[in-house]
Amino acid sequence: MSVVKSEWPLWEVFVRNKAGLDHKHCGSLHAADPRMAIQLARDVYTRRQEGTSVWVVRSDQIVASDPGDKDMYFDPMEDKVYRHPTFYALPSEVDHM
Amino acid sequence: MYTQAMDLGPKDEAKTLKTAEEHQLQQRFDERIDAGEFIEAKDWMPDNYRKTLVRQISQHAHSEIVGMLPEGNWIGRAPSLKRKSILLAKVQDEGGHGLYLYAAGETLGTSRDQMLEALHTGKAKYSSIFNYPTLTWADVGVIGWLVDGAAIMNQVPICRCSYAPYARAMVRICREESFHQRQGFESLLTMMTHGTEAQRAMVQDATNRWWWPSLMMFGPPDAESPNTAQSMRWGIKRISNDDLRQKFVDAAVEQARVLGVSLPDPELKWNPEREHWDFGAIDWSEFWRVVNGHGPNNKERLATRVKAWDDGAWVREAALAHAAKQSNVKEAA
Repeated sequence: MSVVKSEWPLWEVFVRNKAGLDHKHCGSLHAADPRMAIQLARDVYTRRQEGTSVWVVRSDQIVASDPGDKDMYFDPMEDKVYRHPTFYALPSEVDHM
Repeated sequence: MYTQAMDLGPKDEAKTLKTAEEHQLQQRFDERIDAGEFIEAKDWMPDNYRKTLVRQISQHAHSEIVGMLPEGNWIGRAPSLKRKSILLAKVQDEGGHGLYLYAAGETLGTSRDQMLEALHTGKAKYSSIFNYPTLTWADVGVIGWLVDGAAIMNQVPICRCSYAPYARAMVRICREESFHQRQGFESLLTMMTHGTEAQRAMVQDATNRWWWPSLMMFGPPDAESPNTAQSMRWGIKRISNDDLRQKFVDAAVEQARVLGVSLPDPELKWNPEREHWDFGAIDWSEFWRVVNGHGPNNKERLATRVKAWDDGAWVREAALAHAAKQSNVKEAA
Protein backbone atom coordinates (compact mmCIF):
# COMPACT_ATOMS: atom_id res chain seq x y z
CA MET A 1 0.00 0.00 0.00
CA SER A 2 2.61 2.52 -1.04
CA VAL A 3 1.79 5.98 -2.33
CA VAL A 4 1.25 5.83 -6.09
CA LYS A 5 3.91 8.01 -7.68
CA SER A 6 1.72 9.30 -10.47
CA GLU A 7 -1.56 10.79 -9.34
CA TRP A 8 -4.14 11.57 -11.98
CA PRO A 9 -3.57 15.19 -13.02
CA LEU A 10 -5.59 18.01 -11.49
CA TRP A 11 -8.27 19.86 -13.48
CA GLU A 12 -10.19 23.04 -12.76
CA VAL A 13 -13.93 22.89 -13.39
CA PHE A 14 -16.06 25.73 -14.75
CA VAL A 15 -19.84 25.40 -14.90
CA ARG A 16 -22.44 27.48 -16.75
CA ASN A 17 -25.56 27.53 -14.55
CA LYS A 18 -27.97 28.33 -17.34
CA ALA A 19 -27.93 29.48 -20.93
CA GLY A 20 -26.95 33.12 -21.19
CA LEU A 21 -24.71 33.19 -18.12
CA ASP A 22 -20.94 32.84 -18.13
CA HIS A 23 -19.00 29.81 -16.96
CA LYS A 24 -17.92 30.12 -13.36
CA HIS A 25 -15.11 28.33 -11.56
CA CYS A 26 -16.60 25.88 -9.09
CA GLY A 27 -13.85 23.52 -8.00
CA SER A 28 -11.34 20.96 -9.12
CA LEU A 29 -10.88 17.23 -9.54
CA HIS A 30 -8.37 14.59 -10.58
CA ALA A 31 -8.85 12.76 -13.89
CA ALA A 32 -6.63 10.77 -16.22
CA ASP A 33 -7.73 12.44 -19.46
CA PRO A 34 -10.03 15.18 -20.81
CA ARG A 35 -12.98 12.89 -21.43
CA MET A 36 -12.88 11.51 -17.92
CA ALA A 37 -12.48 15.03 -16.51
CA ILE A 38 -15.67 16.19 -18.24
CA GLN A 39 -17.58 13.13 -17.10
CA LEU A 40 -16.44 13.41 -13.48
CA ALA A 41 -17.14 17.16 -13.50
CA ARG A 42 -20.71 16.36 -14.44
CA ASP A 43 -21.03 13.74 -11.71
CA VAL A 44 -19.39 15.84 -9.01
CA TYR A 45 -20.54 19.38 -9.70
CA THR A 46 -23.95 19.13 -11.39
CA ARG A 47 -25.85 16.52 -9.37
CA ARG A 48 -28.72 18.98 -8.86
CA GLN A 49 -28.97 20.51 -12.31
CA GLU A 50 -26.45 23.21 -11.45
CA GLY A 51 -25.19 23.26 -15.00
CA THR A 52 -26.00 23.32 -18.69
CA SER A 53 -22.37 23.31 -19.82
CA VAL A 54 -19.03 22.35 -18.29
CA TRP A 55 -15.45 23.37 -19.07
CA VAL A 56 -12.40 21.65 -17.67
CA VAL A 57 -8.82 22.83 -17.96
CA ARG A 58 -5.62 21.31 -16.63
CA SER A 59 -4.68 23.26 -13.49
CA ASP A 60 -1.05 23.51 -14.59
CA GLN A 61 -2.21 25.32 -17.74
CA ILE A 62 -3.72 28.24 -15.84
CA VAL A 63 -1.66 31.40 -15.60
CA ALA A 64 -2.60 33.54 -12.62
CA SER A 65 -1.59 36.91 -11.26
CA ASP A 66 0.75 36.76 -8.30
CA PRO A 67 -1.08 37.49 -5.02
CA GLY A 68 2.05 39.35 -3.91
CA ASP A 69 1.40 41.88 -6.69
CA LYS A 70 -2.21 42.41 -5.69
CA ASP A 71 -1.80 45.98 -4.41
CA MET A 72 0.49 47.05 -7.24
CA TYR A 73 -1.83 45.58 -9.85
CA PHE A 74 -5.22 46.63 -8.65
CA ASP A 75 -4.88 49.67 -6.39
CA PRO A 76 -4.13 52.19 -9.18
CA MET A 77 -7.77 51.89 -10.25
CA GLU A 78 -8.94 53.05 -6.85
CA ASP A 79 -8.70 56.79 -7.58
CA LYS A 80 -10.24 56.66 -11.04
CA VAL A 81 -13.78 57.33 -9.92
CA TYR A 82 -14.44 59.22 -13.16
CA ARG A 83 -14.74 55.80 -14.82
CA HIS A 84 -18.09 55.32 -13.11
CA PRO A 85 -21.35 56.94 -14.28
CA THR A 86 -22.17 58.02 -10.72
CA PHE A 87 -19.21 60.44 -10.82
CA TYR A 88 -21.21 62.81 -13.01
CA ALA A 89 -23.93 64.88 -11.32
CA LEU A 90 -26.58 65.89 -13.82
CA PRO A 91 -29.84 67.86 -13.45
CA SER A 92 -32.62 65.59 -12.29
CA GLU A 93 -34.61 66.06 -15.53
CA VAL A 94 -31.89 64.27 -17.50
CA ASP A 95 -30.41 62.09 -14.77
CA HIS A 96 -31.85 58.89 -16.25
CA MET A 97 -29.71 58.95 -19.37
CA MET B 1 -8.76 28.61 -7.12
CA TYR B 2 -8.67 24.99 -6.02
CA THR B 3 -5.18 24.18 -7.11
CA GLN B 4 -1.69 23.76 -5.83
CA ALA B 5 -0.28 23.24 -9.31
CA MET B 6 0.53 26.90 -9.99
CA ASP B 7 3.30 26.86 -7.48
CA LEU B 8 4.26 30.52 -7.49
CA GLY B 9 3.33 31.16 -3.89
CA PRO B 10 5.57 32.66 -1.26
CA LYS B 11 5.60 29.30 0.55
CA ASP B 12 9.24 28.45 -0.21
CA GLU B 13 10.47 32.01 0.15
CA ALA B 14 9.11 32.04 3.67
CA LYS B 15 11.89 29.75 4.81
CA THR B 16 14.61 32.17 3.77
CA LEU B 17 12.89 35.28 5.05
CA LYS B 18 14.65 37.38 7.63
CA THR B 19 13.07 37.42 11.05
CA ALA B 20 11.97 41.03 10.72
CA GLU B 21 10.22 40.29 7.47
CA GLU B 22 8.60 37.23 8.91
CA HIS B 23 7.42 39.28 11.81
CA GLN B 24 5.91 41.79 9.42
CA LEU B 25 4.12 39.03 7.46
CA GLN B 26 2.75 37.59 10.67
CA GLN B 27 1.49 41.01 11.72
CA ARG B 28 -0.15 41.59 8.34
CA PHE B 29 -1.76 38.13 8.56
CA ASP B 30 -3.15 38.84 12.04
CA GLU B 31 -4.55 42.16 10.83
CA ARG B 32 -6.30 40.45 7.94
CA ILE B 33 -7.81 37.84 10.27
CA ASP B 34 -8.98 40.58 12.66
CA ALA B 35 -10.54 42.48 9.78
CA GLY B 36 -12.50 39.34 8.85
CA GLU B 37 -10.70 38.95 5.52
CA PHE B 38 -10.40 35.59 3.79
CA ILE B 39 -7.03 33.90 3.31
CA GLU B 40 -6.47 32.35 -0.12
CA ALA B 41 -4.22 29.42 -1.01
CA LYS B 42 -1.28 31.46 -2.25
CA ASP B 43 -1.34 34.06 0.53
CA TRP B 44 1.30 33.96 3.23
CA MET B 45 0.17 32.07 6.33
CA PRO B 46 1.87 30.88 9.52
CA ASP B 47 3.08 27.27 9.37
CA ASN B 48 0.83 26.21 12.22
CA TYR B 49 -2.22 27.73 10.57
CA ARG B 50 -1.43 25.64 7.49
CA LYS B 51 -0.80 22.49 9.55
CA THR B 52 -3.98 22.91 11.58
CA LEU B 53 -6.01 23.32 8.41
CA VAL B 54 -4.45 20.32 6.69
CA ARG B 55 -5.24 18.22 9.74
CA GLN B 56 -8.80 19.47 10.10
CA ILE B 57 -9.73 19.45 6.40
CA SER B 58 -8.25 16.00 5.74
CA GLN B 59 -9.97 14.55 8.80
CA HIS B 60 -13.17 16.11 7.58
CA ALA B 61 -12.67 14.61 4.10
CA HIS B 62 -11.89 11.17 5.54
CA SER B 63 -15.08 11.36 7.61
CA GLU B 64 -17.16 11.96 4.50
CA ILE B 65 -15.61 8.99 2.70
CA VAL B 66 -15.70 6.57 5.63
CA GLY B 67 -19.22 7.86 6.35
CA MET B 68 -20.36 6.27 3.08
CA LEU B 69 -19.79 2.80 4.56
CA PRO B 70 -22.37 2.48 7.38
CA GLU B 71 -25.17 3.68 5.10
CA GLY B 72 -23.89 2.02 1.94
CA ASN B 73 -24.46 -1.16 3.90
CA TRP B 74 -28.23 -0.59 3.51
CA ILE B 75 -28.53 0.40 -0.17
CA GLY B 76 -29.20 -3.17 -1.24
CA ARG B 77 -31.75 -3.69 1.53
CA ALA B 78 -33.73 -0.43 1.41
CA PRO B 79 -37.45 -1.16 1.89
CA SER B 80 -38.66 0.53 -1.30
CA LEU B 81 -37.34 1.87 -4.59
CA LYS B 82 -38.02 5.41 -3.36
CA ARG B 83 -35.93 4.93 -0.19
CA LYS B 84 -33.22 3.22 -2.20
CA SER B 85 -32.97 6.13 -4.67
CA ILE B 86 -32.81 8.61 -1.79
CA LEU B 87 -30.12 6.62 0.00
CA LEU B 88 -28.07 6.24 -3.18
CA ALA B 89 -28.23 10.00 -3.77
CA LYS B 90 -27.20 10.69 -0.19
CA VAL B 91 -24.25 8.30 -0.22
CA GLN B 92 -23.16 9.75 -3.57
CA ASP B 93 -23.31 13.22 -2.01
CA GLU B 94 -21.00 12.09 0.81
CA GLY B 95 -18.47 10.95 -1.79
CA GLY B 96 -18.75 14.35 -3.48
CA HIS B 97 -18.29 16.13 -0.16
CA GLY B 98 -15.14 14.13 0.49
CA LEU B 99 -13.86 15.22 -2.90
CA TYR B 100 -14.56 18.94 -2.35
CA LEU B 101 -12.69 18.71 0.94
CA TYR B 102 -9.70 16.79 -0.40
CA ALA B 103 -9.46 19.45 -3.12
CA ALA B 104 -9.50 22.19 -0.46
CA GLY B 105 -6.79 20.30 1.47
CA GLU B 106 -4.68 20.01 -1.67
CA THR B 107 -4.56 23.81 -2.01
CA LEU B 108 -2.42 23.81 1.14
CA GLY B 109 0.33 21.88 -0.58
CA THR B 110 -0.43 18.33 0.50
CA SER B 111 -1.29 15.73 -2.15
CA ARG B 112 -4.42 13.59 -2.35
CA ASP B 113 -2.26 10.48 -2.10
CA GLN B 114 -0.50 11.78 1.02
CA MET B 115 -3.84 12.37 2.72
CA LEU B 116 -5.16 8.93 1.74
CA GLU B 117 -1.93 7.29 2.86
CA ALA B 118 -2.38 8.93 6.28
CA LEU B 119 -5.93 7.56 6.48
CA HIS B 120 -5.00 4.07 5.33
CA THR B 121 -2.09 3.71 7.73
CA GLY B 122 -4.22 4.88 10.64
CA LYS B 123 -2.21 8.10 11.14
CA ALA B 124 -5.17 10.35 10.31
CA LYS B 125 -8.43 10.23 12.21
CA TYR B 126 -12.01 10.43 11.00
CA SER B 127 -15.19 11.13 12.91
CA SER B 128 -15.65 8.56 15.69
CA ILE B 129 -19.36 8.20 14.86
CA PHE B 130 -18.69 6.00 11.83
CA ASN B 131 -17.19 3.28 13.97
CA TYR B 132 -20.64 2.25 15.18
CA PRO B 133 -22.66 -0.40 13.32
CA THR B 134 -25.92 0.15 11.41
CA LEU B 135 -27.99 -2.74 12.74
CA THR B 136 -31.46 -1.99 11.35
CA TRP B 137 -33.16 0.13 8.69
CA ALA B 138 -34.11 2.64 11.38
CA ASP B 139 -30.39 3.36 11.84
CA VAL B 140 -30.34 4.89 8.36
CA GLY B 141 -33.09 7.32 9.35
CA VAL B 142 -31.50 8.13 12.70
CA ILE B 143 -28.15 8.78 11.03
CA GLY B 144 -29.89 11.34 8.82
CA TRP B 145 -31.72 12.94 11.71
CA LEU B 146 -29.06 12.96 14.46
CA VAL B 147 -25.68 12.34 12.81
CA ASP B 148 -26.25 14.59 9.81
CA GLY B 149 -28.05 17.03 12.09
CA ALA B 150 -24.98 17.24 14.32
CA ALA B 151 -22.72 17.47 11.28
CA ILE B 152 -24.72 20.39 9.87
CA MET B 153 -24.59 22.21 13.18
CA ASN B 154 -20.82 21.72 13.20
CA GLN B 155 -20.40 22.68 9.58
CA VAL B 156 -22.51 25.80 9.20
CA PRO B 157 -20.06 27.99 11.18
CA ILE B 158 -17.18 26.67 9.03
CA CYS B 159 -18.81 28.36 6.02
CA ARG B 160 -17.29 31.52 7.57
CA CYS B 161 -13.86 29.94 8.10
CA SER B 162 -10.98 32.34 7.41
CA TYR B 163 -9.44 29.92 4.91
CA ALA B 164 -11.45 30.62 1.77
CA PRO B 165 -11.08 27.32 -0.15
CA TYR B 166 -12.37 25.47 2.94
CA ALA B 167 -15.19 27.97 3.45
CA ARG B 168 -16.26 27.65 -0.20
CA ALA B 169 -16.31 23.85 0.04
CA MET B 170 -18.41 24.09 3.19
CA VAL B 171 -20.96 26.41 1.58
CA ARG B 172 -21.51 23.83 -1.14
CA ILE B 173 -21.64 20.97 1.36
CA CYS B 174 -24.12 22.66 3.70
CA ARG B 175 -26.41 23.48 0.81
CA GLU B 176 -26.52 19.81 -0.16
CA GLU B 177 -26.55 18.40 3.33
CA SER B 178 -29.87 19.77 4.47
CA PHE B 179 -31.74 17.16 2.43
CA HIS B 180 -29.79 14.48 4.30
CA GLN B 181 -31.24 15.42 7.64
CA ARG B 182 -34.76 15.98 6.31
CA GLN B 183 -34.95 12.65 4.49
CA GLY B 184 -33.84 10.85 7.67
CA PHE B 185 -36.41 12.58 9.82
CA GLU B 186 -39.17 11.98 7.28
CA SER B 187 -38.28 8.30 7.02
CA LEU B 188 -38.50 7.95 10.82
CA LEU B 189 -41.72 9.95 10.98
CA THR B 190 -43.26 7.61 8.41
CA MET B 191 -42.41 4.61 10.55
CA MET B 192 -43.63 6.29 13.74
CA THR B 193 -46.98 7.42 12.30
CA HIS B 194 -47.84 4.67 9.80
CA GLY B 195 -45.63 1.83 10.99
CA THR B 196 -46.19 -1.23 13.10
CA GLU B 197 -45.41 -1.54 16.79
CA ALA B 198 -42.21 -3.39 15.87
CA GLN B 199 -41.15 -0.56 13.54
CA ARG B 200 -41.76 2.05 16.22
CA ALA B 201 -39.69 -0.02 18.65
CA MET B 202 -36.95 -0.19 16.01
CA VAL B 203 -36.87 3.62 15.71
CA GLN B 204 -36.67 3.98 19.50
CA ASP B 205 -33.87 1.41 19.69
CA ALA B 206 -31.86 3.18 16.98
CA THR B 207 -32.38 6.53 18.73
CA ASN B 208 -31.14 5.03 21.99
CA ARG B 209 -27.97 3.73 20.36
CA TRP B 210 -27.07 6.86 18.33
CA TRP B 211 -27.96 9.63 20.80
CA TRP B 212 -24.80 9.64 22.92
CA PRO B 213 -22.34 9.02 20.06
CA SER B 214 -24.03 11.95 18.24
CA LEU B 215 -23.35 14.25 21.21
CA MET B 216 -19.72 13.14 21.13
CA MET B 217 -19.42 14.33 17.52
CA PHE B 218 -18.92 17.88 18.78
CA GLY B 219 -15.65 16.84 20.37
CA PRO B 220 -14.27 16.99 23.92
CA PRO B 221 -15.57 19.60 26.39
CA ASP B 222 -14.16 23.12 25.99
CA ALA B 223 -12.08 22.74 29.15
CA GLU B 224 -10.25 19.83 27.53
CA SER B 225 -9.84 21.33 24.06
CA PRO B 226 -6.47 23.05 24.23
CA ASN B 227 -6.47 24.02 20.55
CA THR B 228 -9.83 25.75 20.55
CA ALA B 229 -8.51 29.18 21.57
CA GLN B 230 -5.92 29.24 18.80
CA SER B 231 -8.42 28.01 16.20
CA MET B 232 -10.85 30.71 17.29
CA ARG B 233 -8.09 33.34 17.07
CA TRP B 234 -7.40 32.21 13.49
CA GLY B 235 -11.05 32.20 12.49
CA ILE B 236 -10.94 28.48 11.69
CA LYS B 237 -13.39 27.72 14.44
CA ARG B 238 -16.24 30.12 15.24
CA ILE B 239 -18.28 28.43 17.98
CA SER B 240 -16.96 26.22 20.80
CA ASN B 241 -17.66 22.48 21.12
CA ASP B 242 -19.88 22.86 24.17
CA ASP B 243 -21.93 25.72 22.69
CA LEU B 244 -22.60 23.74 19.52
CA ARG B 245 -23.50 20.65 21.52
CA GLN B 246 -26.00 22.65 23.58
CA LYS B 247 -27.54 24.08 20.43
CA PHE B 248 -27.91 20.57 19.06
CA VAL B 249 -29.55 19.22 22.23
CA ASP B 250 -31.98 22.15 22.36
CA ALA B 251 -33.06 21.49 18.77
CA ALA B 252 -33.21 17.69 19.11
CA VAL B 253 -35.53 17.68 22.12
CA GLU B 254 -38.35 19.27 20.16
CA GLN B 255 -37.67 17.06 17.14
CA ALA B 256 -37.87 13.94 19.33
CA ARG B 257 -41.19 15.13 20.71
CA VAL B 258 -42.64 15.57 17.21
CA LEU B 259 -41.31 12.16 16.26
CA GLY B 260 -42.71 10.53 19.38
CA VAL B 261 -39.48 8.97 20.63
CA SER B 262 -37.76 9.48 23.96
CA LEU B 263 -34.12 10.46 24.27
CA PRO B 264 -32.08 8.06 26.46
CA ASP B 265 -31.09 10.58 29.12
CA PRO B 266 -32.99 10.68 32.45
CA GLU B 267 -31.26 13.96 33.32
CA LEU B 268 -32.60 15.81 30.30
CA LYS B 269 -34.48 18.76 31.80
CA TRP B 270 -35.43 22.29 30.79
CA ASN B 271 -33.47 24.87 32.73
CA PRO B 272 -35.49 28.11 32.81
CA GLU B 273 -32.53 30.10 34.18
CA ARG B 274 -30.15 29.12 31.40
CA GLU B 275 -33.01 28.84 28.91
CA HIS B 276 -31.41 25.64 27.67
CA TRP B 277 -31.92 21.94 28.17
CA ASP B 278 -29.65 20.40 30.83
CA PHE B 279 -28.36 16.98 29.92
CA GLY B 280 -26.48 14.15 31.61
CA ALA B 281 -22.75 13.50 31.66
CA ILE B 282 -21.18 12.16 28.48
CA ASP B 283 -19.03 9.03 28.79
CA TRP B 284 -15.77 10.49 27.48
CA SER B 285 -13.89 7.28 28.14
CA GLU B 286 -16.03 5.68 25.44
CA PHE B 287 -15.26 8.57 23.08
CA TRP B 288 -11.50 8.19 23.54
CA ARG B 289 -11.73 4.42 23.24
CA VAL B 290 -13.45 4.76 19.86
CA VAL B 291 -11.17 7.59 18.65
CA ASN B 292 -8.13 5.51 19.55
CA GLY B 293 -9.25 2.59 17.43
CA HIS B 294 -11.25 0.39 19.79
CA GLY B 295 -14.83 1.11 18.76
CA PRO B 296 -17.13 -1.64 17.53
CA ASN B 297 -16.24 -1.17 13.83
CA ASN B 298 -12.88 0.65 13.58
CA LYS B 299 -10.97 -2.27 12.14
CA GLU B 300 -13.70 -3.26 9.71
CA ARG B 301 -14.17 0.31 8.39
CA LEU B 302 -10.50 0.91 7.78
CA ALA B 303 -10.00 -2.52 6.23
CA THR B 304 -12.89 -1.82 3.82
CA ARG B 305 -11.34 1.52 2.79
CA VAL B 306 -7.90 0.02 2.27
CA LYS B 307 -9.33 -2.88 0.27
CA ALA B 308 -11.27 -0.49 -1.99
CA TRP B 309 -8.12 1.55 -2.58
CA ASP B 310 -5.94 -1.50 -3.29
CA ASP B 311 -8.54 -3.18 -5.48
CA GLY B 312 -8.84 0.03 -7.51
CA ALA B 313 -5.09 0.36 -8.12
CA TRP B 314 -5.21 -1.36 -11.52
CA VAL B 315 -8.02 0.95 -12.66
CA ARG B 316 -6.03 4.06 -11.73
CA GLU B 317 -2.96 2.72 -13.51
CA ALA B 318 -4.90 1.59 -16.58
CA ALA B 319 -6.56 5.00 -16.93
CA LEU B 320 -3.17 6.72 -16.87
CA ALA B 321 -1.72 4.23 -19.36
CA HIS B 322 -4.69 4.80 -21.65
CA ALA B 323 -4.27 8.58 -21.40
CA ALA B 324 -0.54 8.29 -22.21
CA LYS B 325 -1.28 6.06 -25.19
CA GLN B 326 -3.94 8.45 -26.51
CA SER B 327 -1.63 11.45 -26.27
CA ASN B 328 1.14 9.48 -28.08
CA VAL B 329 -1.30 8.65 -30.88
CA LYS B 330 -2.25 12.32 -31.10
CA GLU B 331 1.37 13.47 -31.22
CA ALA B 332 2.28 10.92 -33.90
CA ALA B 333 -0.66 12.04 -36.06
